[in-house]
Amino acid sequence: MKVEQKPVLPPRGTVVLEARGIVKRYGHVVALGGADLELVAGEVLAIVGDNGAGKSTLIKVLCGAVVPDEGQVLLDGAPVHFRNPLDARKRGIETVYQDLAVAPALDIATNLFLGRELRRRGPVGSWFRLLDKNRMRREAQREMDELKFHLPSIDSAVEKLSGGQRQGVAVARAAIFARRLVIMDEPTAALGVRESGQVLNLIRSIRDRGLPVILISHDMPHVFEVADRIQIMRLGRRAALTTPQRHTMSEVVAIMTGAARGDEQTSPQ
Amino acid sequence: MRLQSTGDGVSADQTPRRTADNARTGIMRQVLLKPTVGPLIVLLLFCTVFSLATHTFLAAGNLSLVVQQSVIVGTLAIGQTMIILTAGVDLANGGIAVLGTIVAGRLVAEQQNPALLSLLFALILCTGFGMTAGLLVSRLMLPPFIVTLGLLGIITAITRLVAHGGAFPVTDDLLAWPGNAIAVGDTSITYGMLIMFGLYLLVWYLLTQTAWGRHVYAIGNNREAARLVGIPVQSRLLSVYTFAGFLYGIGSWLALGRIPNADPNALQNANLDSITAGVIGGTSLFGGRGSLWGTLIGTLIVAVLRNGLTLTGIDPLWQDLVTGILVIGAVALDQVSKGKQR
Repeated sequence: MKVEQKPVLPPRGTVVLEARGIVKRYGHVVALGGADLELVAGEVLAIVGDNGAGKSTLIKVLCGAVVPDEGQVLLDGAPVHFRNPLDARKRGIETVYQDLAVAPALDIATNLFLGRELRRRGPVGSWFRLLDKNRMRREAQREMDELKFHLPSIDSAVEKLSGGQRQGVAVARAAIFARRLVIMDEPTAALGVRESGQVLNLIRSIRDRGLPVILISHDMPHVFEVADRIQIMRLGRRAALTTPQRHTMSEVVAIMTGAARGDEQTSPQ
Repeated sequence: MRLQSTGDGVSADQTPRRTADNARTGIMRQVLLKPTVGPLIVLLLFCTVFSLATHTFLAAGNLSLVVQQSVIVGTLAIGQTMIILTAGVDLANGGIAVLGTIVAGRLVAEQQNPALLSLLFALILCTGFGMTAGLLVSRLMLPPFIVTLGLLGIITAITRLVAHGGAFPVTDDLLAWPGNAIAVGDTSITYGMLIMFGLYLLVWYLLTQTAWGRHVYAIGNNREAARLVGIPVQSRLLSVYTFAGFLYGIGSWLALGRIPNADPNALQNANLDSITAGVIGGTSLFGGRGSLWGTLIGTLIVAVLRNGLTLTGIDPLWQDLVTGILVIGAVALDQVSKGKQR
């Protein structure tokens, strides 16, 4: 099967995050052999690829969990060197993990602000470290409304929510604190159809608020539903860059598995 | 057949009924779901039963005695609860407190050191042992059960070595100060009681009104999630164990005030008693759930039970039996409520 190749038009927005020639080796295993990525303002960029294609490693490099052996990561055009996820977070990059990273017994507002609690203003906050629970609750509610994510009550414990709502809490937390972009690693992997729909809606809301999103997913229908562009990884490199309009799902799968050639599969550029 | 065919219709039919049900039982459920309400009801129940069974139970002097008897375990249980909330457990707390009493007692009674310095030394020593447990648990990732079991053995041995098989009567005013009382009517309120209530207030504030407290709950609830959201899990754990050690040091001062004799054989069951208090008070041994007031109520339940059974002339052996039932009941409730929410 030969897929017709046209170069994807250079996107009009500015490049927020860029990775150039990322190499990561684990002993003799080359996880990434010169991978590239550009994330443009205002888009959802999906990254797809077979197991071992290097998409998770690439994402770990971008969110600071893995330090690359070679290559460069640029945020807003300036080189950055993340040594751990906290470095990336400090630069405005938030990551949502596949395994629901929430504290089930704590309420929604607490979970949203976990690790970044707001204290009262003035001496009560700075000397007595008193939390501003009302402000956190209000802001949590406002963010949820803005994301059009509807929950029973901001005070209910996360364990009383459905799986989709729980993942929604994790996504919303990333959306609240991300200043530059949000990375989502298989956010719908553990969810049913309807629950996945809620999370996909959230992804759109985040993009519409102006934050670009990198979405890693195995699920082609989900990718085609929300992605503006799709980056196909194969053998530790970018095999192709396309859009849901340009290629069909089966064509994307063909490039993923090597049955068809992607535009960047051969010869380093 | 009908049930199978109209799957959707059935659920649509039931939804309004279910919400109406929820609205009706809403307030009841809200109250009952408050984790301290169950233990409070049990406490009031016991108080009612004993005040009906004997005239002496409700006497002001007796109630004061009940609280005085629970001051030491009550204080140790504060540290225990903080540690259980992080999904840990502390078997060494009684041992640490006893070492504190022996060290302070010997420094003052045998070597005529200034009481204030001796007390401070004992406090620092207890805090240091708490910190040791914290370092082993947070840095080496050892299970708290094993760490504190090992520490209990080490500390008990050190205690006996320091004590040379003797006890140290305390005559110093400062060391025995928590046992002094202010008389309010017929009731005597000891300074030890005030210290304990003060510590409960302080730790309640830290646990519920500060970010530190939220982190403690989050670590016990889902440690990996706590790490991922950027909570410094190791240093929070270290601070919990160290602070608990400090509280055990205060506990040893309260113990000297209660019984002015530093005895290496005292408080042998304090570790298990403090766990019992927390569990009866509704704190989950799985971590992340519970309230400090529940622990205070749990401590009082055990003390009321002991006192009431003695006053009614029932064999004190029954006390352990009832406490055992309460512990198992509390844990069973915890499991059932968790099962429902899943």
